[in-house]
Amino acid sequence: MASASAFEYAPAPESRSVVDIAPSYGLFIDGEFVEAADGKVFKTVSPSTEEVLSEIAQAGEADVDRAVAAARRAFEKWSALPGSERAKYLFRIARIIQERSRELAVLETLDNGKPIKETRDADLPLVAAHFFYYAGWADKLEHAGFGVSPKPLGVAGQVIPWNFPLLMLAWKIAPALATGNTVVLKPAETTPLSALFFADVCRQAGLPKGVVNILPGYGDTGAALVAHPDVNKVAFTGSTAVGKEIARTVAGSRKKLTLELGGKGANIVFDDAPIDQAVEGIVNGIFFNQGQVCCAGSRLLVQESIQDELLDSLKRRLSTLRLGDPLDKNTDIGAINSAEQLARITSLVDKGAAEGAEPWSPECELPSAGYWFAPTLFTNVTQAHTIARDEIFGPVLSVLTFRTPDEAVAKANNTQYGLSAGIWTEKGSRILAVANKLRAGVVWSNTFNKFDPTSPFGGYKESGFGREGGRHGLEAYLDV
Amino acid sequence: MPTTASAAHPLTDVTASDSTLRRFLHGLPGVDAVGLEARAASLGTRSIKTTAKAYAIDLAISMVDLTTLEGADTPGKVRALGAKAVRPDPTDRTTPATAAVCVYPDMVAVAKEAVAGSGVKVASVATAFPAGRAALPVKLADVRDAVAAGADEVDMVIDRGAFLAGHYMKVYDEIVAVREVCGTDARLKVIFETGELSTYDNIRRASWLGMLAGADFIKTSTGKVAVNATPANTLLMLEAVRDFRAQTGVQVGVKPAGGIRTSKDAIKFLVLVNETAGEDWLDNHWFRFGASSLLNDLLMQRQKLATGRYSGPDYVTVD
Amino acid sequence: MSDRLNVLKTYKLYVGGKFPRSESGRVYEVTDAKGKWLANAPQSSRKDARDAVVAARKAFGGWAGATAYNRGQVLYRVAEMLEGRRAQFVHEVADAEGLSKSKAAEQVDAAVDRWVWYAGWTDKIAQVVGGGNPVAGPYFNLSSPEPTGVVAVLAPQESSFLGLVSVLAPVIATGNTAVVVASEKAPLPALSLAEVLATSDVPGGVVNVLSGRTAEIAAPLASHQDVNAIDLAGADEVLAKELEIAAADNLKRVLRPQPVDDWTATPGIDRLTAFLETKTVWHPTGSLGAGGSSY
Repeated sequence: MASASAFEYAPAPESRSVVDIAPSYGLFIDGEFVEAADGKVFKTVSPSTEEVLSEIAQAGEADVDRAVAAARRAFEKWSALPGSERAKYLFRIARIIQERSRELAVLETLDNGKPIKETRDADLPLVAAHFFYYAGWADKLEHAGFGVSPKPLGVAGQVIPWNFPLLMLAWKIAPALATGNTVVLKPAETTPLSALFFADVCRQAGLPKGVVNILPGYGDTGAALVAHPDVNKVAFTGSTAVGKEIARTVAGSRKKLTLELGGKGANIVFDDAPIDQAVEGIVNGIFFNQGQVCCAGSRLLVQESIQDELLDSLKRRLSTLRLGDPLDKNTDIGAINSAEQLARITSLVDKGAAEGAEPWSPECELPSAGYWFAPTLFTNVTQAHTIARDEIFGPVLSVLTFRTPDEAVAKANNTQYGLSAGIWTEKGSRILAVANKLRAGVVWSNTFNKFDPTSPFGGYKESGFGREGGRHGLEAYLDV
Repeated sequence: MPTTASAAHPLTDVTASDSTLRRFLHGLPGVDAVGLEARAASLGTRSIKTTAKAYAIDLAISMVDLTTLEGADTPGKVRALGAKAVRPDPTDRTTPATAAVCVYPDMVAVAKEAVAGSGVKVASVATAFPAGRAALPVKLADVRDAVAAGADEVDMVIDRGAFLAGHYMKVYDEIVAVREVCGTDARLKVIFETGELSTYDNIRRASWLGMLAGADFIKTSTGKVAVNATPANTLLMLEAVRDFRAQTGVQVGVKPAGGIRTSKDAIKFLVLVNETAGEDWLDNHWFRFGASSLLNDLLMQRQKLATGRYSGPDYVTVD
Repeated sequence: MSDRLNVLKTYKLYVGGKFPRSESGRVYEVTDAKGKWLANAPQSSRKDARDAVVAARKAFGGWAGATAYNRGQVLYRVAEMLEGRRAQFVHEVADAEGLSKSKAAEQVDAAVDRWVWYAGWTDKIAQVVGGGNPVAGPYFNLSSPEPTGVVAVLAPQESSFLGLVSVLAPVIATGNTAVVVASEKAPLPALSLAEVLATSDVPGGVVNVLSGRTAEIAAPLASHQDVNAIDLAGADEVLAKELEIAAADNLKRVLRPQPVDDWTATPGIDRLTAFLETKTVWHPTGSLGAGGSSY
């Protein structure tokens, strides 16, 4: 990828020694690490090397019962605490995460495969900021616009994905605790470690037992959790298919549900765009976290009149991306999270080629061990292609063209999803007009993939419902 | 040898008239300030270690235009600077020489003598540096003096007033006139004073204007204003030379000047070069640092890499 | 009184601004609280539901794109028109719900006032639930509410008129379009309301009113891929669960039935926000100059 010039950066690996991973971890229930009732365990591996990192207890139904019961017991006291006291616990958590951010960044990179540059500069700062933000809400809820005395819901069952393990945990746990709920959280089976380290952060913060419970496991563990009759609130981030299954599960109950699901974000580049920044935005939009991002700008809609110029620039830029050891501080593209995900990306890319789209990748040597996929862009893509419709969740960009703003909007909206979109133009009125017409929950204009705890995030249509972040994010955890 | 940009290229028509030039410059893609700065900052997080760092430090030393541009400059001062440029670290002969010394026109002869036979070039600022507020004949006389005294390179300033007033053709004509005086003897660096142009859109326009007029180098600033070279404005100029070569086949150099004081900063700039314009620019024929105190920091870092100990100011020479 | 024979009204559906009969040709008998025949109401079919969704979708862009001020004026116009036909609605509500004239009048007056309440909300809700977000970076960041899209509304079964207005007005106030399934046993006030809407500057298709068997019409609406949300106010527990499961197919926003003791109580904004999406738009701000002022 990066050309072998005289200025070839030497490897600059972040030290692994800042993190001490135990050979095995239990479930975190009622303030204790415990084995699964049925003794089941599973292994978590480093996707960049396939090295086994640790052996993790796998929660079953009995464990879900135990954890929900613990959360229920804890709820009474936790919800009765003055908001200012809950706030202080959350501020403590935010600070401890800041203190341990190097350790947690390395851990996340090991377990997830994403570059240390991202865990260090994006994931961890956002995790701490999220706790800091919601901490401040805990004693101000009566001013949040949800009634004069908003009440928590009870026990929140939360299921999170593997793409931003600790950040998604923060998005779920911070507002839940701030509003006085207790939680049972299931991390993804391929990335359980940072959630288990978070349990230790809770211990250091002195968080009361049972307020946070962590149940590693597979899909069946999550299904048992969301179906549990004593859960009052279900929050899920993951695939649209599973989201629909969860919506059916909670139908007819009184459980409050929020879903943050898939996307097929359109990144629209007009002919008057700031081209160099647009190229950066496109790269950031689809190659951030190897494209394993629900709000990725996976469809590039480029105005036909500048297609050649833009694609030349984009290809040149892709050839400077550095793929390799995620712990190397100079790595731009890390490993795909799992063999399963790699297989899914590969099959969709094969389909794209079979359907007549033209793939292109920069010269790129992939490491022999681990799960890797070279950054890829497809040209000659139409709306009818599978790769223009299905979420690939990988470093694969589908390039489509448009002629007029109307056509751009029509194509951008022509999807079952509605999570994110991008607009690149120097014309202010066009930004506002197009942003207004896009059916998407987050619109980035002249930027992409920006996140902030104060900024509500969530989708239209089949990208889910409810918002996480900001004042809006409180609603999901309040009885309103 | 330098490729001069005066040869006919596909953009020749652009400078046919004031209005074609204006339309061209105003038709360049806009620059989003936040995105540009974010990209520059992200390249600044590259971690350069071990062999790459040693290479980068030597490369940076070889790219320094060691500069003194003070009213208090004397022949003694300039001779000392020349000696330093030729042999930056007297204790280590493997240390490369700097690219050039950069002085006022009246010091060119002294500087020339000080670096004689070393391969170190003499660059002279000219055109009523730094403000450029003089009539064209005066500016040209200034350039003629410098060239006559043996300057290998001329660092001219553009007329920022004319640029900001929208008189692009006036700016262009001045550069062309200076270019003519430089002839084939001296390479021309065109200073925009980016801090005065203020917006990134202006910097992009000035870059293209300078290149169209035949600049061998485009240079950020004089070092005499509050904001001089920054990673962002240098990145922007690197994009410009990259795109100019793609369109015309003509390669133009870039010189950030002022405000680059540490090795860490210099290496960040080299990363910008490497990942924006590419390795063709990783050579002191195409990239320079306009600096003075930077050199000593580079030397201290170089000693640190060689010995494993941190060096101190007493172990490098005071200019 | 003379011996003159009354002219009876043929009640029709309201779809896309027109008053069609059910395409199925079916009607069902509607009686008053004492079992006396009042009228035959159209018994809508799946296809009527589908046509109504098409009409609602077609109307969505224009209605959502109208200015909030304009929507407010239109809703206020509904109140004006209704006030003028107060006597008719008092009569119909009294018959439909077995109320005394004075109780029925209270319901109709409250319904008129409800339109006024929501008319005033159209250009305020964005200020209440939207706003700027102070992100930690050089970005302008604004969250604004937007209508969800086409909303299927199962009107309350008991409160045939005030209940209906209370669930319908908030849906359209924010720019959604609606397919309303009228109270099954008391559909006539809803069908008459359609006549008011048709003469109140409400664009055709913004509100579509279907009468018939709630379960029969609601099923295709709940599973319809081009319906974005469903209000289950008029569904019983069993039906509500079935519909919620069907609604998951395209992840409709579902407002579950909530017990309402008194429809005349001030409604709050929950029914407005239930059918709003939040869109957050980012844009870089940056500094005025490339590196700040130089001097």
